[in-house]
Amino acid sequence: MSLYPVNKPVTDVAIDTGIARLTTEQIERTVQRVLTKECSARLQVFLDTCVHCGLCAEACHSYLSRDKDPRYAPVAKVKDTLWELVERKGRVEPESIRRMAEIAFVECGVCRRCSMYCPFGIDIAYLIMTVRRICNLLGVVPQYLQDTTNSHAVTLNQMWVHEDEWIDTVQWQEDEAITEVTAARIPLEKEGADVMYSVIAPEPKILAQLINNMALIMRVAGIDWTMPATDGWDNSNMAMYSGDFEVMGRVEKLHWETAQRLKVKRVVMGECGHAFRGAVYDGPRWLAWRQAPVTMVHAIDFYYELIKSGRIKIKQKYEPPVTLQDPCNTVRGMGLGKKVRYVVGAMCENFADMQPNYEHNYCCNAGGGLINCGPPWKHSRMLSNRVKAEQLAATGAEICITPCHNCHSGIEDVIGFYDLGMHTKFISEILVECMEIPEAMKA
Amino acid sequence: MSRNGNWDWTPGRKPLADVAGLRQQYRELLEMLPSPDGERFAALVVGEDGRMTAVVNGESWPETYERLWYLRFSAQGKLAGLAMNDYAWTVAVDGRTWDETFEFVWDPRFTADGLGIAALIKQDNRYAVALNGQPWPQLYDMVRDYCVSGDGERAAATVQVEPRKEADVEGFFAGTWSLAEQGERWDEKFINIWEPIYDATGRHIAAQVRTDIADYTIAVDGKVWDRLFGCVWRPCFRPDGGAVIAPVRTDGNWTLAADGEVIWPGRYAQLWQQRFSADGQRLAAVVATDFGRWTVAVDDRPWRRTFGEMVTAPTFVGDGKHIAAAVKDHDRWSIAVDGEAWDNDFDMVWEPVTQPGGSHVAVKAERGGRYLLVIDGRQVGPDYEMLWPHCFAPDGQSVLLRTVQDGKYVREVVPLAQLLG
Repeated sequence: MSLYPVNKPVTDVAIDTGIARLTTEQIERTVQRVLTKECSARLQVFLDTCVHCGLCAEACHSYLSRDKDPRYAPVAKVKDTLWELVERKGRVEPESIRRMAEIAFVECGVCRRCSMYCPFGIDIAYLIMTVRRICNLLGVVPQYLQDTTNSHAVTLNQMWVHEDEWIDTVQWQEDEAITEVTAARIPLEKEGADVMYSVIAPEPKILAQLINNMALIMRVAGIDWTMPATDGWDNSNMAMYSGDFEVMGRVEKLHWETAQRLKVKRVVMGECGHAFRGAVYDGPRWLAWRQAPVTMVHAIDFYYELIKSGRIKIKQKYEPPVTLQDPCNTVRGMGLGKKVRYVVGAMCENFADMQPNYEHNYCCNAGGGLINCGPPWKHSRMLSNRVKAEQLAATGAEICITPCHNCHSGIEDVIGFYDLGMHTKFISEILVECMEIPEAMKA
Repeated sequence: MSRNGNWDWTPGRKPLADVAGLRQQYRELLEMLPSPDGERFAALVVGEDGRMTAVVNGESWPETYERLWYLRFSAQGKLAGLAMNDYAWTVAVDGRTWDETFEFVWDPRFTADGLGIAALIKQDNRYAVALNGQPWPQLYDMVRDYCVSGDGERAAATVQVEPRKEADVEGFFAGTWSLAEQGERWDEKFINIWEPIYDATGRHIAAQVRTDIADYTIAVDGKVWDRLFGCVWRPCFRPDGGAVIAPVRTDGNWTLAADGEVIWPGRYAQLWQQRFSADGQRLAAVVATDFGRWTVAVDDRPWRRTFGEMVTAPTFVGDGKHIAAAVKDHDRWSIAVDGEAWDNDFDMVWEPVTQPGGSHVAVKAERGGRYLLVIDGRQVGPDYEMLWPHCFAPDGQSVLLRTVQDGKYVREVVPLAQLLG
């Protein structure tokens, strides 16, 4: 009997089919291609610098959640994947790739917490992303994550949203918004607007009210804004996480070309963490931009600006006890921890912080492509985030504010799995509830 | 004669619409735009009953709609918009709707002569292109990127030709996409196909295709190039016909290929938006000479000056000797001509407009929320509440301005000599 929590057996048809097709020659060729033609000097530096001290282990929520099972330590995940591939020069059997794919796609969310605990600051997530890249080129990617990438490749959004569905949904949400606030329009294709607002595909697909929320916020704040009526409205990028960098680049290219076509000064993006990473870091850099070519403002930063400047005033604070999930890509990655607390503090009467928090907060274990690996891997994902359940329970909150789509869904899963009796909300859901709407604007 | 040869090029100002009055007259004023010749000014308005219509030089269309949006003028001055009543969508042109209605209509485009209109349509949950209201005989599960031939007679689009089952990775990589022209599809199927284009004759079509996880190339009339690349971007045809030119990624760097063969020895961190000169003798493209350094390469020779954030598609200046592009550096926009950036910078610039047969470059720019006309780097005239992209007279000696000043829409023709002082 295992000393540690045990995953349920998982069948993932895409991984199984991919492995069945592999040959050792193909693996060797692909590994050599990635290591010699795609990776930069930093890969070698990281591999040479690591002293195998294992200090990264205590940083990892999956290691901690699984009773410190050493197999889940970041250093072990690298040892069992990239080190193996490098040492053997890619001469490994297909079944080894299966285990490597599981580690790279399911057991590490590339959240980068471990890099803060590494004495040398090695970007372990980059090493794992390199394994994902190899798996992508070998055609061994979890089924649902690959399907999300396929959606990006076809529709340039992550949920197979057709162009007509996008426009129709935006116009429907505009119809809803003007029943609450007069002239709460969602201007499509307005060239020269100050702001292009971009979202991720779950918003038109399953959470359309979030677009309505933004229509209300923009109207009350008096922002000159627009949204595209063309592809390029989706700022998300799961291709980044499946290792399909060509599709990642195509998605980001269109997103930024759309912003430029509309001649906006800046892009404000909805409450999503990975999308920020894709749109501002990984995507632009693959395309040779040093940074996003148009200023990108995350929703947290935008709400902070609106409240701080008085463009949005709080009429009555939200009373139920709340806590906050710090999204890895916007708090650890971008340092928005203080701003998000300012926003929460302005909106909410009863706030209890998680411990640890800010950049030290644990990942939701849904980002990094994990939740996109789909139902087959959910049980494993839940076992790997017991520490999040413990963190949440200790706050006594009824609501966990999650300014990130992956956090939102992932923490709702944790709440359900560990029966915590709470729920998640986006900032915008609370903000529209408690912001002051001038009488003259009320419909 | 060019299309604007018969416009009124007499110097002078014509106030044609009272924008401030429109704002008072209607519950909402949602969009406004002038015709290319500046003689008509259209506004998309919402009445007190919540219904929408268009108002042109103060006259409203006879019909109102539950929704009307995306008003656009053709080069010939036709005004079209997407209109919906009772959940049925159609295209309204100068106040009259197509006879045909659809579940949805979007992305309308005027044909090159400005007389016809193409659009994507959805009917019974199937998709097609419609030309002047007539959808293709064959509809598809999904239709995405489309293009219209120069004569406006035909349209081609990327189409999904196999049913997509949920999360069917195997099926997807077997190829579910192709291209259809007038509804008739190519035999070939691809994993992906993007952004088809017609050549000048309308007889040939090229598109980017993906044939394996990381294998990309160009398909021309259904036949793929012999060589595969790590990635490709939007191709173009030589203006004189023949070769198809596309940016291609090889060994991690970008260059240009023609009909599958690399034609530029230079290798770049990025390359896209290649453009030919009118005579087809010169070829320019936006390139990144290094990570984060952007410029224009002309016949594979990059400008010496590079920019940090963005360079837009190169424009060959009217005399054919110079090339201009909008450039962004340190979060400020300007224009570079032959690699030399103007001294002035702006919050935003629009695409450079060049003097026919001459060397002047004129640009709409924005600074501090006001709009300016800038010629050769110098602001000419006042700044405006609104300014639409300007146009040179065919002889290059006058400029047509379409502006909103003090709440009035004004059409103004100004001699170039006067602007340049």
